[in-house]
Amino acid sequence: MTDAVDLRGVVKRYGTVTALHGVTLSIADNEFFTLLGPSGCGKTTLLRLIAGFEDISEGEIRLFGHDIARLEPNQRPVNTVFQNYALFPHMSVLDNVAFGLKMKGVDPAARRARAGRMLEMVHLSAFAERLPAQLSGGQQQRVALARALAPEPKVLLLDEPLSALDLKLRQAMRVELKQLQEETGITFIFVTHDQEEALTMSDRIAVMSAGRVQQIGTAREIYEAPVNRFVADFIGETNLLEVEVASVSDGRATVILPGGARITCPSSSMTGGRHHLSIRPERLTISDRAELMANVERVVYLGTDLQVIAHLDGGQPITLRLQNAARTSLPEPGQRIGLHLEEGGARLLAD
Amino acid sequence: MKGVRHYPGFLALTILCLAVLYAPLIVVAIYSFNASTSITSWGGFSLRWYGEVFTGREAARFGQAAWNSITIALIASTVATVIATAAALAMVRGGAFRGRQASFALINLPLMVPEIVIAVATLIFFSAIGLTMGYLTILLAHITFCIPFAYLPIAARLEGIEATYEQAARDLYATRAQAFRLILLPLMMPGIVSGWLLAFIISLDDFIITNFVKGAGMETLPTAIFGSVKQGIKPNIMALSTLMLLVSVLFVTAAYLINRKGRQTP
Repeated sequence: MTDAVDLRGVVKRYGTVTALHGVTLSIADNEFFTLLGPSGCGKTTLLRLIAGFEDISEGEIRLFGHDIARLEPNQRPVNTVFQNYALFPHMSVLDNVAFGLKMKGVDPAARRARAGRMLEMVHLSAFAERLPAQLSGGQQQRVALARALAPEPKVLLLDEPLSALDLKLRQAMRVELKQLQEETGITFIFVTHDQEEALTMSDRIAVMSAGRVQQIGTAREIYEAPVNRFVADFIGETNLLEVEVASVSDGRATVILPGGARITCPSSSMTGGRHHLSIRPERLTISDRAELMANVERVVYLGTDLQVIAHLDGGQPITLRLQNAARTSLPEPGQRIGLHLEEGGARLLAD
Repeated sequence: MKGVRHYPGFLALTILCLAVLYAPLIVVAIYSFNASTSITSWGGFSLRWYGEVFTGREAARFGQAAWNSITIALIASTVATVIATAAALAMVRGGAFRGRQASFALINLPLMVPEIVIAVATLIFFSAIGLTMGYLTILLAHITFCIPFAYLPIAARLEGIEATYEQAARDLYATRAQAFRLILLPLMMPGIVSGWLLAFIISLDDFIITNFVKGAGMETLPTAIFGSVKQGIKPNIMALSTLMLLVSVLFVTAAYLINRKGRQTP
């Protein structure tokens, strides 16, 4: 089957500055695909290139097999939900939603009917005749969604659409967005810097940094098997320890920590030398079967969790997260503890 | 911190400034209703001088001058607004282009150059290219100096309109022309209208440049009033001035209200 979007060697330069260094990736039809990265990583630029708001410097953008890289925005069957919504302030909510259909030449009766159905889908039928300024932020957001979905685009682009909403609303909208995507069957490309948003909604995520795609995978893959230091550090919390690789065999490496402790962990084709080891805080437990020994420095109470900050024997800081279950004893500052590393909890990284 | 209101002498200074600015206008407005022919002593309330403006000895001259003033102001402000709108689009939406700073200076220069200098330069230019002074030369001069006045509110308005509105329209299958006509132009309209009103008033009021380029026998209201005053101030001039003041106040108020209303919507 043809991919919904196929990017090949996409380069974007602004004068002497290169914003995207040859991005190649494929997005399947009906996929919820997220571009995740810190600000300035090129994720929004990539989205704007797909929409046609920026001219591409090099490369191809294929939409269901057709190269659209040099088409005008109005010639591309993709629609965008803007970060600030960009609802037309002088038009009613219904006219906003019907705008794309009007431009496509759909007759007035049919476009009113379709716009009405779209408003129903986002639960805003009662607000059809209002002006955008008379709606709350969350309602404006849903109008923007309805407007972008009304012309039945082949791909919907969403540029950090939830960032202006408060936390509760943002969490509710995540669920709604995901449902909307499943109902409509339209491919969504979602841009965000919020990893929680990315992890909860996406079928697949492309982690971007400095104009390059660092890793593409499911939420689980990028969280549990990050390919490099950037991804491990950016997605979730992690402990990064500098280690010496002692031996590698059968995709597993034995590494030596500065304190002398030895750990075996999965490793991609890495030979000896100094590398970084990523250990997820929730994969450590306090146990007598300890691979590592540490001294507790502080215990932070987080409600559902306890965060324990400690120092390994080699002097490196390490953080662990314990579930706040009914337990007999909490670690005390100054206490010496043994740390057990769950299978697969540590990962050797390329830089 | 104390406000400026608490400085010693604030009240006195305020009253002095307001008096110097507005007392003459108020005196003219009051004496335009004077029954007496004197411009210094009050002889009771009357509308005779307003009647005089429309039916008196000079009525035909004033009528023709008013017609010239109003048609010139209408055409000049409209043409200047179209040019100013195009200029604002290029300056605000055109991105960085060579000569952008220079263009900005050129558009706004007429606001800073002494009017008498423009008047002399315009007269010399029109003579040099062989134009006969008259209606057309007044109109051309008015179009030129009205552009910056129309430009300022339009550019200010446009700067406040985010580029994402046009992008959203283009994204929703509008052509460039449709995005402009259906989205950007309606959003710019308050700025365009107040720019037009400002240009209209500036054109209607202009004396110095008009006086230089009008040629013999052609009058606008300001030059007609000036010509009439040279033979001594009569109360009918006060009535005429008061009427012009009223028109100006109405236009400026309309420009202000439209601009304020426009700021609330987006």
